[in-house]
Amino acid sequence: MRTGNIVQLGIKELRGLFRDPMMLALIVYAFTVSIYTASRAQPETLNQAALAIVDEDRSPAATRIITAFKPPYFTVPRLIPQAEMMTRMDAGLDTFAINIPPNFQRDLLAQRSPAIQLNVDATRMSQAFTGSGYIQSIVGDEVGEFLSRYRSAAPLPIDLALRARFNPELNKGWFGAINNVISSVTMLSIILTGAALIREREHGTIEHLLVMPVTPFEVMASKIWSMGLVVLVAASVSLVFVVQGLLAVRIGGSVPLFLFGTALYLFATTSMGIFLATSAGTMPQFGLLLMLVLMPLQMLSGATTPRESMPDVIQTIMLAAPNTHFVILAQAILFRGAGLAVVWPQLAALLAIGGALFFLSLRRFRQFLR
Amino acid sequence: MSDAPGPSHPSVPAPVVRLEAVRLSYGATRALDGITLDIPASRMVGLIGPDGVGKSSLLSLIAGARAIQDGHVHVLGGDMIDAAHRRRTCPQIAYMPQGLGKNLYPTLSVFENVDFFGRLFGHDRHEREERIQQLLRDTGLAPFADRPAGKLSGGMKQKLGLCCALIHDPDLLILDEPTTGVDPLSRRQFWELIETIRKDRPGMSVIVATAYMEEAARFDWLVAMDNGSVLATGTPAELLQQTGTGNLDAAFIALLPEEQRREHREVVIPPRRSDQGDDVAIEAEGLTVKFGDFTAVDHVTFRIARGEIFGFLGSNGCGKTTTMKVLTGLLPASEGEARLFGREVDPNDMDIRRRVGYMSQAFSLYSELTVRQNLELHARLFRLAPDTIDGRVRDMVERFDLANVIDALPDALPLGVRQRLSLAVAMIHAPDILILDEPTSGVDPVARDSFWQTLSDLSRRDNVTIFVSTHFMNEAERCDRISLMHAGKVMISGTPEQIAARRGDGSLEEAFVAYLEDAIAATDTAKTTATPHIATTATVKTHGATHAASRFFDPRRMFAYTRREALELKRDPIRATLAILGSLILMFVMGYGINMDVEDLSFAAMDRDDTTISRDYVLQIAGSRYFTELAPITDYDDLDRRMRSGELSLAIELPPGFGRDVARGSNVQIGAWVDGAMPSRAETVRSYVQAMHATWLAQRARQLYGNTATTGDYQIEVRFLYNPDIRSIVAMAPAVIPILLLIIPAILATLSVVREKELGSIINFYVTPVTRLEFLIGKQLPYVALAMLNFFLLTAFAVFAFGVPFTGSFVAFTSAALLYVIVTTAMGLVISSFMASQIAAIFATTLLTMIPATQYSGLVDPVSSLQGAGAVIGRIYPTAHFVTITRGTFSKGLDFGDLSGPFLALIVTIPVLLALGVALLKKQAN
Repeated sequence: MRTGNIVQLGIKELRGLFRDPMMLALIVYAFTVSIYTASRAQPETLNQAALAIVDEDRSPAATRIITAFKPPYFTVPRLIPQAEMMTRMDAGLDTFAINIPPNFQRDLLAQRSPAIQLNVDATRMSQAFTGSGYIQSIVGDEVGEFLSRYRSAAPLPIDLALRARFNPELNKGWFGAINNVISSVTMLSIILTGAALIREREHGTIEHLLVMPVTPFEVMASKIWSMGLVVLVAASVSLVFVVQGLLAVRIGGSVPLFLFGTALYLFATTSMGIFLATSAGTMPQFGLLLMLVLMPLQMLSGATTPRESMPDVIQTIMLAAPNTHFVILAQAILFRGAGLAVVWPQLAALLAIGGALFFLSLRRFRQFLR
Repeated sequence: MSDAPGPSHPSVPAPVVRLEAVRLSYGATRALDGITLDIPASRMVGLIGPDGVGKSSLLSLIAGARAIQDGHVHVLGGDMIDAAHRRRTCPQIAYMPQGLGKNLYPTLSVFENVDFFGRLFGHDRHEREERIQQLLRDTGLAPFADRPAGKLSGGMKQKLGLCCALIHDPDLLILDEPTTGVDPLSRRQFWELIETIRKDRPGMSVIVATAYMEEAARFDWLVAMDNGSVLATGTPAELLQQTGTGNLDAAFIALLPEEQRREHREVVIPPRRSDQGDDVAIEAEGLTVKFGDFTAVDHVTFRIARGEIFGFLGSNGCGKTTTMKVLTGLLPASEGEARLFGREVDPNDMDIRRRVGYMSQAFSLYSELTVRQNLELHARLFRLAPDTIDGRVRDMVERFDLANVIDALPDALPLGVRQRLSLAVAMIHAPDILILDEPTSGVDPVARDSFWQTLSDLSRRDNVTIFVSTHFMNEAERCDRISLMHAGKVMISGTPEQIAARRGDGSLEEAFVAYLEDAIAATDTAKTTATPHIATTATVKTHGATHAASRFFDPRRMFAYTRREALELKRDPIRATLAILGSLILMFVMGYGINMDVEDLSFAAMDRDDTTISRDYVLQIAGSRYFTELAPITDYDDLDRRMRSGELSLAIELPPGFGRDVARGSNVQIGAWVDGAMPSRAETVRSYVQAMHATWLAQRARQLYGNTATTGDYQIEVRFLYNPDIRSIVAMAPAVIPILLLIIPAILATLSVVREKELGSIINFYVTPVTRLEFLIGKQLPYVALAMLNFFLLTAFAVFAFGVPFTGSFVAFTSAALLYVIVTTAMGLVISSFMASQIAAIFATTLLTMIPATQYSGLVDPVSSLQGAGAVIGRIYPTAHFVTITRGTFSKGLDFGDLSGPFLALIVTIPVLLALGVALLKKQAN
């Protein structure tokens, strides 16, 4: 009969959700439009990087270099006088400024090894590195070809065959799509359970429940299974139809295994939603708290930047967050096609964290009802 | 004044309010249905009728708090649809909305509340203090001047509300149910106060809405309303005469349309049968509940026999609800014992719960479930046998007459029907005890009577014990026994007749007032009984209110809002702490989280050559700070497995014969696999590997060809400007500050307005002379100050904790920050004009600030690299400009002169946003 209560109350939650068009719209939006646009909007690392060139040589060699820079990687280079270079960089108008010195071509042909100066605005981290790499190789190619007409020096025949596995074109959209599924799962599972609990309290219905023969455990379990189920269904639909269908992302591994991992993850996040709702007294406080918790969880989970580059302390702390394990699991299964043999430690960690969060929340929930 | 003539009488002055065909709808619901009415001036006029018939809507239209949809509302000689007339007259009107202390600020003290209203009406300090002192003295609130309004009793809150309303000597006083939920003594004192004020200012008109007919009987002139229309008007005597009834309750029922009246029959409760027995159903002994140092219930003792109807009376906050919650097991008792059927109340005892039905004060069923679904859910939760559920639900539907609404949602039902549904749900499992907390508040007299008939049947026929609390004396008289509670204590228990006979003039109300007076005299000797003399108020009159009202911008009114907002912020440390601590936490997280440094990447080699040359190649990669070498790869399976698990970011394969081929200069290929699961990391890895490969080649070439190859054909000198060590934090920390100074101040500013909308105190903005610009700027200032505090903390955090060097002009940076936080708070105010609920406001503000700020403002991708809509947003979004200034002053050593462009952009944005905020803000409710 106890499971009966959990089932009944869960059905009640589902019925309630289906009568809330705002929440339904939010769920649909988060799992379709949001994922689609975020994936499509991801720019290539280097897109329209602002480039200016100071050409003090005006030789064919210099022209060759200048014309080699083309969109979409770079803007058409703006030719500027030397005096403007620093002011433009100060104002943030250019990310890169190349200075081709006077007599560049003459010195080049005379093997005097002239120096081209490349100024990089290093506060723009996303472009500074890759951009300067691209520029160096473009300049190298052009100078090489220019010189090859005058002399033939055989380079060493050692080739580097560099291949990217799992996402050969390094398509950022793929990564963005999966990442957004993960963050939608996290956000909605926490918001749905937390808001469901706060709404019950604000409407006084939670009290009403507790004068009935229903235990806090049953109330909490019912919210977890119903809201978890909603998110799980939404995530699966989104994965199949939006990510695989519309965005044509190639998924390497087993979708059922991923969904099983998602279910474990939802167990942890829905418990967390209840925990946050019991800590916040009101909806606005819940909203503020949500942001303070969600942002660190998402940013430090390893989904936005690689875990290895974070300080050790943070890496260790983040091992306690379910997101970290879920991100590892999702990347392993969806991109690298990993199987149960590879991801079982993550599944175990999710189960352990979920269990701990559930019992912590249950304790808080009991106090919250006092 | 019962001889007051009707409105058409020639000798009376022009009506104070004249309504012509006034209609008002909320969505599909019609609240007012063509009301035409003249309300006489200088009278005490009562609007009577149950909740939800349009009384409050009508009063808010008269007060100018709500926009007129249809028809004409003339107040004090002008049309309220005319904004200029509203501005002129609002200092002459005082409006006290429904709900205890609805327009008060609970965290502000009594004095601060009145003071705020004084400032809004432009009184100077001297005048304000004089008036406040006098008002507080007259209302007996003077001893509590420093107590927060939220901690006052219901009666005191209403007196305070009256003080706030009277501070500007209004000619028209509008009170919406001022005494609902107030104990009989406070109610009496309240009306005495009004009476005294009216004696001193005989020209003042008072319009009161009330649900208490016995109060209405003392008014000069009444308007009976039902269902959005006027049923009848006239003096109480005229109404009684017209209907041929003896009291107003009966008169009101007689005025109702035929079909509503037909359902009504007189409540007859037969006496308890002697065979119902005396076994005790509910028992409390020395029951005490404490919340911190506040004692809500103080040693309460009572016994209720099985089948008895036991009434609980007392004002709001006297401990009735708390006592009931203890009995249901919702709250633990701090001391004493509560027993049901001789068993101690135990929250874990599921069996006892199945014998109790509880109906809480507010409607607490699931509004998202239909009537049938609610009944079925509760039947299942109470574990009725599955095959009996249908029958039981049918019984309840029949008994409580719910058949025609069985598939409706509760929100769509009238209050009376909803209460019946609540009772049906509480009864679904046929409990032996019913605990009902104010089940009839807000229910019209007809529905109330039928409700009591049901209770009577349950008690007498089914021997159900009923424990009920109420505010209505005529309901109390129907109980078998009653208790009066005050300040957590039971003052007296007994049958209604006994209590009425024991004190006063034989009426129950008189008896209660007498007991309350005793109790108050005993506990609170310091308090002077209100002997009001408002006479001097009239002497300070006139010079305050009118002169300031005409001005468009009055700094005093603006600062009134600033002061109040700042006080509230000070008293709500959670909000301020979350705001400040939250930004620091987020700064920390984002500083580390948006990390572009890619270091310590894991790599392993499959060296199938294993010569000096091949080992040299691997060593070169392993030696760099970007890569950490792991155990060598044994074969392709190993490579595949380790890359799949994400253990390796990079795998290098050196083919057999690599060293030999290199030495010979024949073609050879090195294999490298990068984990592409995370494209940005893969890009970085790729560029590192390529660079290292190139370096290694150059080294080999030097070894092979000697000095001719020592220098290349040309060189590229790469200068990493502004951030020579290329530390991510130097790039990120300054860019995170603008984001944090956007999101959090914007949310706080949005909430400050939306909170007032949700809690109802926005009404003060509607009905006082404060202008929209004063309101907006006044609310904005404290948050600008808070944001500036945040700014200094964040900057200090960036410089000292993250070690980001600050190279430019701090003055320029601070000035820009000030401009920027004015912009961001103004954005919040603009957003607030669209939002009605706090949670929606938080989501919308986050959505409207977070995405443009993080994606289109140059945080990661420079604005110049954006395309399409993103590029347009990036050019006009204020964060983009402030990011330029932050990076300029932090890393590029810039000053005002170098940054004139972004400065100008910020300066221009401020008036645009404020104008938009003023244009969008409504000075009336819709």
